[in-house]
Amino acid sequence: MTEDERLKVLEEKAAELRRLAQENGLDLSAELTVLEEKIAELKRALGAGLSAWERVQLARRPDRPSGLAFVQALCPAFYELRGDRMVGDDPALRGGLAKLGEERLAVIFHQRGTTPEEQRQARFGMASAQGYWKARRIMEVAARLGFPILTLINTPGAYPGVQAEAHNIAGAIAACIWQMLRHPRPTLAVILGEGGSGGAVALAAADRVLMLENATYSVISPEGAASILWKDAKEAPKAAEQLKLTAGELATLGVVDEVIPEPSGGAHTDFQATVEAVREAVLRHLAELSALPLDELLRLRYNRYRHVGSANPAH
Amino acid sequence: MPIRRDKRDRYVEIEVGVPQEPLWVRCEACGELVFRRKLQEHHYVCPRCGAYFFLSAQERVASLVDDGSFQEFPPPKIPEDPLGFRDQVPYPERLNRARQETGLFEAVLAGRAAVGGNPLVLAVMDFRFVGGSMGVGVGEVLRLAMEHAERERLPFVLVVSSGGARVQEGVLSLLQMVKVVRAREALARAGIPYIAILTYPATGGVLASIGSIADITIAEEGALIGFAGPRVIEQTTGERLPPGFQTAKFALEHGMVDAVVPRAKLRDELIRALVVLGEQT
Repeated sequence: MTEDERLKVLEEKAAELRRLAQENGLDLSAELTVLEEKIAELKRALGAGLSAWERVQLARRPDRPSGLAFVQALCPAFYELRGDRMVGDDPALRGGLAKLGEERLAVIFHQRGTTPEEQRQARFGMASAQGYWKARRIMEVAARLGFPILTLINTPGAYPGVQAEAHNIAGAIAACIWQMLRHPRPTLAVILGEGGSGGAVALAAADRVLMLENATYSVISPEGAASILWKDAKEAPKAAEQLKLTAGELATLGVVDEVIPEPSGGAHTDFQATVEAVREAVLRHLAELSALPLDELLRLRYNRYRHVGSANPAH
Repeated sequence: MPIRRDKRDRYVEIEVGVPQEPLWVRCEACGELVFRRKLQEHHYVCPRCGAYFFLSAQERVASLVDDGSFQEFPPPKIPEDPLGFRDQVPYPERLNRARQETGLFEAVLAGRAAVGGNPLVLAVMDFRFVGGSMGVGVGEVLRLAMEHAERERLPFVLVVSSGGARVQEGVLSLLQMVKVVRAREALARAGIPYIAILTYPATGGVLASIGSIADITIAEEGALIGFAGPRVIEQTTGERLPPGFQTAKFALEHGMVDAVVPRAKLRDELIRALVVLGEQT
């Protein structure tokens, strides 16, 4: 059997398992995981790469390393700041002051939760108004102290809820974007998993934007795009292709500055290796940005976003 | 398909852009047939039930500015269909259809104008154009309008009517949120005032960027103001929406806007605001 034929067999097997799981309500996730990893490895060996939809699945894995896990692994010291100083706190969007290498900085990150209880409380990383008002507050603290800002993004999107609206979640997201653009020190965003819509861009108006290899960054979920434009959520894999949401495609579009490679099989298969790759990239970009005089830093940042997406050159 | 409220604050689905009989227009909220001339006199607010009809950008401009004062800016050069997006209808086809139906280049119309003798830069969004969605084209028109206001030291006024970011331009649409906030930051640095008027609907990525950070924010009485649309909230959370949720009054009560104004009085309200802002020097 050739590699291609083996791949086809494995994919058929995986499809069969998914069908069985769905029809009979069985939990075959362990078996599926083994198969998916084999498929991913084989594809990599074949140089075929993963499809956009396969990367969406990888980015959403519940065992993908969390924002907090990265902060704890990257930063020998981290002091969490909690609360928006107006009405509350939000476990889905966290942050504080930290040390990373020799650099002191503010870190702001989505937290999807690792246990079912945490996931429920964090609404699977869908941060609410309190989260974004708190993020803005942490950015202001960083500005006063002269600290750079590092954001770690992994969210399906901002939370659509009655309370979120009552507390002006739209205004909170706008305030975060504005504060990021004004920040008088370097700003760096790393998309770790899902970069979902407004909830992601609130933390991504940075000097540099990096993405893990299997992370995604999109204006809308593939399912959302499929149900609006194809009138059928099952067309999500097609929508994922069209949306150009993978790290590689976004690097080509000039939206992302660097793609941080993941271990074969995904970040969850070797967390330590992923952390080291992220650490190296973050320290390198921060060092480059910190070497720039403030007026040059701001000029580059303003030019980056002045022409984004238009025909004029980005820099 | 857009939704609007009826007089009891329930949501009613309506069609947009359906050709109607020229002399009479049916109010989708209460079913009343209204003589078109009478509807015009009532600023496109149903004389029977008070429901707000959509205003085209052209009609909105005419309702706000001094007669004959509006000079439209030339359309920007932008890449059409930057992602080569194909769903059931190829995106360029959707764009062309929207252009033919609305007579607009994009979902926003911008230019110089005078309101009560006060010169300003005015940008008006149009929901009929792909849901008033913001892609690179809208981002560029808004950026150029704000830069014009900055250069000429004129106040900037934006009328929001948008469902959010444009899906077919993917993450580039999302980044227009950053682009317009950046242009707004430049206005702030130059000390140029910015007034936002939120109408039906002011939602999604436009509200979560330029729509929420004006110096003065006015809501039209019939506005829908919210990050997530009411149906998305119901479907995602299963929450029941309280009566009056995301209305202009709701936004006022929750501290998001400075005033709620009926459509017929918007021009006067804008003039009152421009007077206190004074001339820019």
